[in-house]
Amino acid sequence: MSSTVAGPERGLSRRAVEATVAAFLILLALLALWDSYGRGAGWDNGPENGFFPARVAWLFLGASVLVLVNSVRQPDQLLVTWKQLGLVARVLGPLVAFVAMIDHLGIYVSSAVFIVLFMVVVGASRWWSILLTAAIVPVVCFLIFETQFGVPLPKGPVEALLGY
Amino acid sequence: MEELQSLMGGFQVALSWHNVAFMVIGVLLGIVVGVLPGLGGPNGVAILLPLTFGMDPTSAIILLSSIYWGALFGGAITAVLFNIPGEAWSVATTFDGYPMAVKGRAGEALTAAFTASFIGAVSGVVLITFVAPLIAEFALRFGPAEFFAVFLLTFCSFIGMGKDNKAKIVIALCLGFLLAAVGLDTISGDLRMTFDVTELMRGFDFLVVVIGLFGVSEIMLSVEEGLQFKGSKAAIDLRVVLRTWASLPRYWATLVRSAVVGMWMGVTPGGAIAASFMGYGLAKRFSRNSANLGQGEIEGVLAPETAAHAAGTSALLPMLALGIPGSATAAVLLGGLMIWGLQPGPMLFVEQKDFVWGLIASMYLGNFAGLVIVLATVPLFAAIMRIPFSIVAPIILIVCAIGAYTVSNSTFDIWLMLVFGVVGYVFKKLDYPLAPLVLAIVLGDRAEDAIRSALIGSVGDLGVFFSNGLVSTLMVLSLVLLLWGPLSSLLASLRDGLGGSRTPRSAP
Repeated sequence: MSSTVAGPERGLSRRAVEATVAAFLILLALLALWDSYGRGAGWDNGPENGFFPARVAWLFLGASVLVLVNSVRQPDQLLVTWKQLGLVARVLGPLVAFVAMIDHLGIYVSSAVFIVLFMVVVGASRWWSILLTAAIVPVVCFLIFETQFGVPLPKGPVEALLGY
Repeated sequence: MEELQSLMGGFQVALSWHNVAFMVIGVLLGIVVGVLPGLGGPNGVAILLPLTFGMDPTSAIILLSSIYWGALFGGAITAVLFNIPGEAWSVATTFDGYPMAVKGRAGEALTAAFTASFIGAVSGVVLITFVAPLIAEFALRFGPAEFFAVFLLTFCSFIGMGKDNKAKIVIALCLGFLLAAVGLDTISGDLRMTFDVTELMRGFDFLVVVIGLFGVSEIMLSVEEGLQFKGSKAAIDLRVVLRTWASLPRYWATLVRSAVVGMWMGVTPGGAIAASFMGYGLAKRFSRNSANLGQGEIEGVLAPETAAHAAGTSALLPMLALGIPGSATAAVLLGGLMIWGLQPGPMLFVEQKDFVWGLIASMYLGNFAGLVIVLATVPLFAAIMRIPFSIVAPIILIVCAIGAYTVSNSTFDIWLMLVFGVVGYVFKKLDYPLAPLVLAIVLGDRAEDAIRSALIGSVGDLGVFFSNGLVSTLMVLSLVLLLWGPLSSLLASLRDGLGGSRTPRSAP
């Protein structure tokens, strides 16, 4: 997916992404077909449990192949510039870190860390507004979900220290 | 009039104080959801659905449907004041709404938008009140084959009427069906497509998928566009409201036209988005001052808003009467019904009278409450848009994560949400439609059950789908809708070929 398009702004080519996605979908369709026929997609006193998924997967396969063929035939365009992709990565990075933290630190502490990470990486915020947001949001979430709705969210060592 | 009597009963249910409180909370939350980027109707409802698991179904649906009304209202605020459509269905509202705001007529534009929304919504609810019971009664005769035919009709009309690439609509639908099939098969008791991964045994919960596809991906798209809100000031006082209302009767033709288009598009799964553009397009074609449309004409605000709300509301008609949602949000609400232990479908009108009529009555009340609330609180919600995006975005993402987790108390679901967020981003960039995917996930199991029962009943004979007049009609209708694109272009080219001097109508 590294092909670039010449022009004032460089970035990912639409054709490359379109083809990659279509290829991935074809793979998914084949996987579904393999699984369905493995369990039986025919008739055994009624449709077997692979019957419906297999037929859907055939349709899925056909449409994906069509998209793949079309993607090659169409003139190429710029899908997204590297600069835009960089911005998206700056959001996605902290988000992945956040989700990875939840299992270990619980959702409240992770949220605070996530907010700091996000606001620092994206920039354009003063340090006190970052700290204030990071402190207030988890507390408000805790008050709403834990005390008002009684929904237990994942908690970690810090909450255990505080007696929850 | 039996319906009116039932409706009165419904008002008694809906007017209990706690249901009114839920309605107000729902509308307020909904406006927030509609104003903020990354939180839309389907996604907002999906996040809050887990919190209602323990509630009485009637109160729960009143809360959630009010969020839907609020979101429909909220989309107009950002469209008019910031030129940013908070929801896809308010894109057409920006065409004239923002120019009006720039000229200092923001109050007028907002009043028009909200009032038009209200008119559209009420026409949709009236349609539901009188038509839904008839359809439900008719559908009581349906067997599995008929139901499968109705499902097919829904999916075919998505493919035939959709503006996106047809192959991509088919892919979205098929992907939804396959995702729905993952996990335990209820009929045979076997595990399907889990590939021995324990986490997949539960299957994919549609709520997690919706939160990822609509929430996380939307934030990624907003970031990519480098969010910079530059808004106009809004102040609505009573004088502006009254003056705008006084001018509305002049535009009755536009209102009626848009309401009818909206109702039609909502019942068939064309959706609010297509309806808003059609409403605008029709106003542009038939309006007396169509040349001015696009430069800040009140008619250009009225037309798309009426149509979008009429469609958004009417989308609940097939959901209530047949158990088949007409939009992504309706699909999420339908999923809610099943979680609360209600069986969607025509029997709902027989077995759950209080629920159905309570909901319908709450639609009248919720939209009225919405109109009043939104008129009174515009400055407040416009202020939300002035909070920097770097604060709003992480909060939205945290709320999404909490929503995904609470579905079944599993952190694996948060990872799934993340994955579907990336999928949603890529799909949106490549113009794969997301609504059919959600619809297929929600309806997948029921569509499969219908086809399996029908085939078991007929011992594998496909003739069961053409065994009587009703089911044959539905099947033929499905095929016509499926081939609508090629058929209509064929007709158009025939008409041109016959030397018609009229310009061909652009495809809807």
